[in-house]
Amino acid sequence: MLARVVENVYWLARYLERAENTARLVNVNTNLVLDLPAGFAPGWMLLVDISGGREVFDALGGRAEDANTERRVVRFLLSERQNAGSLVSSLRMAHENARTLREVLPSEVSEQLNEFYAEFTRDIANGINKRTRFEFLKQTVLRLQTLAGQLDGTMNRNDAFTFLQIGRNLERADMTSRIVDVRSAQLLPAETPELRPFDTVQWMSVLKSLSGYQMYRLRMRSRVRRADVMQFLLRDDQFPRACGFCLERISDALRGLPRSAEVLALLDDAARFLGVANLETLDQAGLHELVDRLQLEIQGIHDGIAKSYFPSRDGANRPLLAARAGEPAQSQSSR
Amino acid sequence: MSTDWKAYPAASFHDELVGPGGGAREAGRALLRCLSGLGDDEIAVRQQAAELAIKAMGITFTVYHEQDGSIDRAWPLDIIPRTISRREWLRIEAGLRQRALALNRFIDDIYHAQRCIADGIVPASIIASSKNYRPQCRGIDPPLGTWAHICGSDLVRDADGTVYVLEDNLRVPSGVSYMIENRHVIKRVFPELFENAAILPVDDYPLQLFDTLAALSPRKETRPEVVVLTPGIYNSAYFEHAYLARQMGCELVEGRDLAVDGDDCVYMQTVRGWTRVDVIYRRIDDDFLDPESFRADSTLGVPGLMRAWASGKVALANAPGAGVADDKLVYSYVPDLIRYYLGEDAILPNVPSWRCGEPRHLDHVLGHLDELVVKPVDGSGGYGILMGPASTQRERAQFAAALKADPRSFIAQPVIRLSTVPTFVTDRLEPRHVDLRPFILSGPQTWVTTGGLTRVALRKGSLVVNSSQGGGSKDTWIVDTEA
Repeated sequence: MLARVVENVYWLARYLERAENTARLVNVNTNLVLDLPAGFAPGWMLLVDISGGREVFDALGGRAEDANTERRVVRFLLSERQNAGSLVSSLRMAHENARTLREVLPSEVSEQLNEFYAEFTRDIANGINKRTRFEFLKQTVLRLQTLAGQLDGTMNRNDAFTFLQIGRNLERADMTSRIVDVRSAQLLPAETPELRPFDTVQWMSVLKSLSGYQMYRLRMRSRVRRADVMQFLLRDDQFPRACGFCLERISDALRGLPRSAEVLALLDDAARFLGVANLETLDQAGLHELVDRLQLEIQGIHDGIAKSYFPSRDGANRPLLAARAGEPAQSQSSR
Repeated sequence: MSTDWKAYPAASFHDELVGPGGGAREAGRALLRCLSGLGDDEIAVRQQAAELAIKAMGITFTVYHEQDGSIDRAWPLDIIPRTISRREWLRIEAGLRQRALALNRFIDDIYHAQRCIADGIVPASIIASSKNYRPQCRGIDPPLGTWAHICGSDLVRDADGTVYVLEDNLRVPSGVSYMIENRHVIKRVFPELFENAAILPVDDYPLQLFDTLAALSPRKETRPEVVVLTPGIYNSAYFEHAYLARQMGCELVEGRDLAVDGDDCVYMQTVRGWTRVDVIYRRIDDDFLDPESFRADSTLGVPGLMRAWASGKVALANAPGAGVADDKLVYSYVPDLIRYYLGEDAILPNVPSWRCGEPRHLDHVLGHLDELVVKPVDGSGGYGILMGPASTQRERAQFAAALKADPRSFIAQPVIRLSTVPTFVTDRLEPRHVDLRPFILSGPQTWVTTGGLTRVALRKGSLVVNSSQGGGSKDTWIVDTEA
């Protein structure tokens, strides 16, 4: 299969996964804000930080603390086309990628995505409006999961499917680690006695933004505690959105491909590094450092995959004969 | 309500289905009988069913939209087919085959000895005035001596029933995928007619195309690696590129997937390594094919591709430079070229053309601007054309000035009163103008599609059939009336 095609499949998977995560994040935050005492709500700017879009948000103007923060942030995350990380941008990119993949994607997937993208852009106002937001985003997540299900249920297990798995799992690991980092940093101080009841609510919301609350209870059989939530989200080998689980799936997928030794070594490093941290004693600064490092590992894994498998973009002087003999082509790409 | 066929025909045009007096022409008897029995309401229901089928089958063409990127629009298909009798078609097919043969001989001659110029068949200036002449192609011998492997010739029928060739598209003609898909849809809409009438099938085109391409492979000992080269998803014909690749079981590649190595061979980059490519069905214009030979700013092409082609390591279809014959001035000489290369008279006539570069012709054109269509010789897509009968005094004055300043850049033709076919408009059938684009494959054999893509101008009185300008399409039935 063409290197460009598998790259587009990889990005299709990442954009679909990103879109789904964004819808979940906004929905869970909308609920959380209702549960917390006025004045203590972690607020909406947090979501901008999780999405990594603070600079773009500020550049678009307006003050972060003005009265319409919620509306502005929700608009920024759902419908702002200038925000490359917004839901609409992710869907648009997924749609564009799918258009180049007509010959490898099952036709019902292309049709679904075409239809969904058109409906989403038509009805997006329902996502901004607080009263209709929950239902709109719930439907969005449902449509995206339908697409994921169709892909799983109808695609040949070929190179394209392998890169679909890799893209989806890398994006998941990335998003889970961001959520753990940013949310835990902004949790209300637990040592303040009058706020203790809210501590649990907030950790529950962290789990819920990853659809992980129920699975957490099932798996951990404990009340919601910080160290257990960390263990579950970072290391678990059963929960499909846990970083550890996702990295293991990427390794599985890569084992069937040539030239995978280098990336597999990176994945092993990441898993080992995740495994040694003592989550019981890890303070906020330590956690932040850990996630920072994990994010770098994830970026490194992406770069390794791009270098080994995606088209090189450095023009005419590619060492073709060498590359055919098994050496990966040179690449400067890190998209 | 059902159509009153006696009152239907627009008297001053040739209708493809209904003859003078309201009776069916030979090839359309079963169809007209069926339509008369259906009534407008049932036809409307079937039109809607066809539109749903097109959506469900994902038959689209692409329109670029600034905010939303590329938008796929449903392909416009009118369900009333255009019918042609097999007997008439056999004559047209022979004419097209003859034409493709002569055009390929002409292109090969132009890039070699230029006998046709030495022998005074065409003037030497024809090379200088052809925008698509490529000096880089001089002396190159493509496989089988064939340059235009895929040709789409546009046919029109005038009021007196004569079928003319309006133009030959020898660069990257498109539309054939819609010809095949139109048939798939119409089979669902009129299954009863396909059971009873002898309508010839059209869907072997992808196989014929693959065989034509595979025959060009420089490596005879291995299964040829044939690919389709597309400019990408923003191209309006992207659907067709993907469709043909899928139907032929080939990779759909972009320029950046390919590279020419030190051995002058072309390779494509796959996830498992570099694979040699033998034949490229390119849907990219010459200009963008190879930045080393043509436009240096092209990012769509492949550096070194011309070198690989010239050394015979890869075959390109159509060959670079084939567009030299895709020129209105060359067009005007095609009957002479057929006589010169094949020693035969042209079976299909050209639309009579005045070459404004010849003083006698220029005088005639200047004196009859209000009756003629004036076209730039290198134009396409209907740009820069004067439609005499519909023009204003001012427009004619402007064209007269342009003609005098640069007469060699124009030809003029009489207005062809395109034939009509009943077409479903809002809630009933009305005559609308059509043309026909058959496709001719040239390789070891010359092969012509059974019929072609019929395009229809949906606006009343309009002669513009392009889908980008509100044109629609029809299924084309070659009906064996002797079966």
